[in-house]
Order: sequence, then C-alpha cells, then structure tokens
Amino acid sequence: MTAFSLSPTPTWYLVLAAVLFTIGTVGVLVRRNPLIMFMCVELMLNAVNVTFVAISKALNDINGQTIVFFVLVVAAAEVVVGLGIVVAILRRRPGTTADDLAYLRG
Amino acid sequence: MQAVVFFISAAIVIVGALGVVLRANPVHAALSMVMCLFGVAVLFVSLDAHFLAAVQVIVYAGAIVVLFLFVLMLLGVDKAEDVRTERVKVQRPFAAIVGAGMLGLALVALFAARGRNITGQGTSDPGKQALVGEDNIRALARSVFSDYVLAFQLTSVLLVIAVLGTVLLARRPPKQLPLPDDAEAAA
Repeated sequence: MTAFSLSPTPTWYLVLAAVLFTIGTVGVLVRRNPLIMFMCVELMLNAVNVTFVAISKALNDINGQTIVFFVLVVAAAEVVVGLGIVVAILRRRPGTTADDLAYLRG
Repeated sequence: MQAVVFFISAAIVIVGALGVVLRANPVHAALSMVMCLFGVAVLFVSLDAHFLAAVQVIVYAGAIVVLFLFVLMLLGVDKAEDVRTERVKVQRPFAAIVGAGMLGLALVALFAARGRNITGQGTSDPGKQALVGEDNIRALARSVFSDYVLAFQLTSVLLVIAVLGTVLLARRPPKQLPLPDDAEAAA
C-alpha cells in the first residue's frame, strides 16, 4: 500500500476522530446511567478536538487550536452544570436512570 | 517513529473509549475515560500542540474526571449496571444503525474529499513557518489574547455563571423552620 508512509497524514487522525465520535454516539444511545452518558458526550467533544488540531496542523493555522482551547473551557462549564443537575435529580430519586426521566414529561 | 506513536496512542484512545461504553461499573468507565483522554493528549503532542496537550491532561484528566468520580462516589451510584439487558427493545439495533451510519458518513465524506485542496489561510501563505515548539504557544497566546479576547472574556463570564448556577442547583432546599418572631408570637 503506497499510502502507508512513516509519517501520519491528517487523514489518519480524522479517521481516528470519526471512530471516537461514533463510539461516543453509540454510548449515548445505549447506556442508561446519566453520568456515563455525560462521559460519552465528553468522548464526542474530544473527537472533535482531535479533528480541529489535525486540520490546524495540516493548514498551519493556529485558529483551530484556539477553538479547541475554547471548547475545553465550555466543556468544563457544561460538565459542572450537568453534574449539578444530575446531583439534584439523584438526590431526590436514588438510582434513577435516563429511562425514568421520561416521567418528567407532562 | 511518528507512525508508531500514532498507532499506540490510537489504540489507547480506542480501548479507553470502548471501556467507557462497555464497562458496567461507572467507576471503571471513568478510569477508562482517563486512559482515553491521555491518549488524546499524546495525539496532541504528536500534532505539535503542546499547550493543548498540557491543558488536556490538567483540565480533562485532572479536573473533569475527578469531578465525575466525586459525584459517582458522593451519590453512591457506583453500583454496576446490568448492560446485558435492554429496557427498550429496539434501542441496541437502532444505536448500531445510527453509529454505522454516522461512521460511514464521516468516512465517505473524508475519502471523497481526498486529493482536493483544503482551502484556508494557512495554505494560501506557503512562506509561513511551521508553528512548532515555542512558536506554537506564542501564536496561540497571540490568537487568544488579541483576535479572540472578547470571546476569552465571555468564557470567564460563562464559568462564573456555571459555578453560581450549579451551587444553586445542588443546594438542598432550606427546611421550613418557623421564624423566631413567629415562635415568640405564639408563646
């Protein structure tokens, strides 16, 4: 295979990011524990970060890495708020899964 | 050498990600996520994004996963979930179809675009030197603190709002104690 050179091309990183994003998506759809669903969302964010940095390197453009920096900050804020909601729900109903939250609908 | 680093870290990332999805015990899933995030940090290093690699380890593997573990152990929801049963019958096949479709879509888009030029600022300026090592951090700092300084300030507002909102959300509702005035009035 001629494409197999010793230095990884951006395509390798993009394929890996696609696989990582898919694993995260399937995890969100399959798991019922809200905390694990959160972790899978983090996996998807990381896949996108890998994509950004790979393209940033390929184009020699720093803006891709700047976006990843902001994504990290927003991800931290998102986790804080999300875990706050999970704590508030689980304190009231211990052992709640995401299925039980369907009862929230009116 | 670069390829070896890539394949080892890619294997770490994939195994860690699968661990998050497949492990029944949430604590094990969180530790698998640490492994995955470290792999991503190594990928960042191999892409010459050293600052982001350091931030990835400190913020993600350090702060976010510790927050996850803290909540897991605080709430005592670290009991293993039975992952073999599914409560909604079509959930697993549906998830498999969506996953395969998403992966297929991404890969088709990726390989259909091969051989075409990616447009962007960097390619239009071939004389620009590669941003590696200290130049990378310097360029990132210049970008964050000049071009995107407003967004940087807004993230600080966002963090303050997130912290305040979480404190409000996670606070126990105050017990309805009789006010001292009422008690005195009753007496």
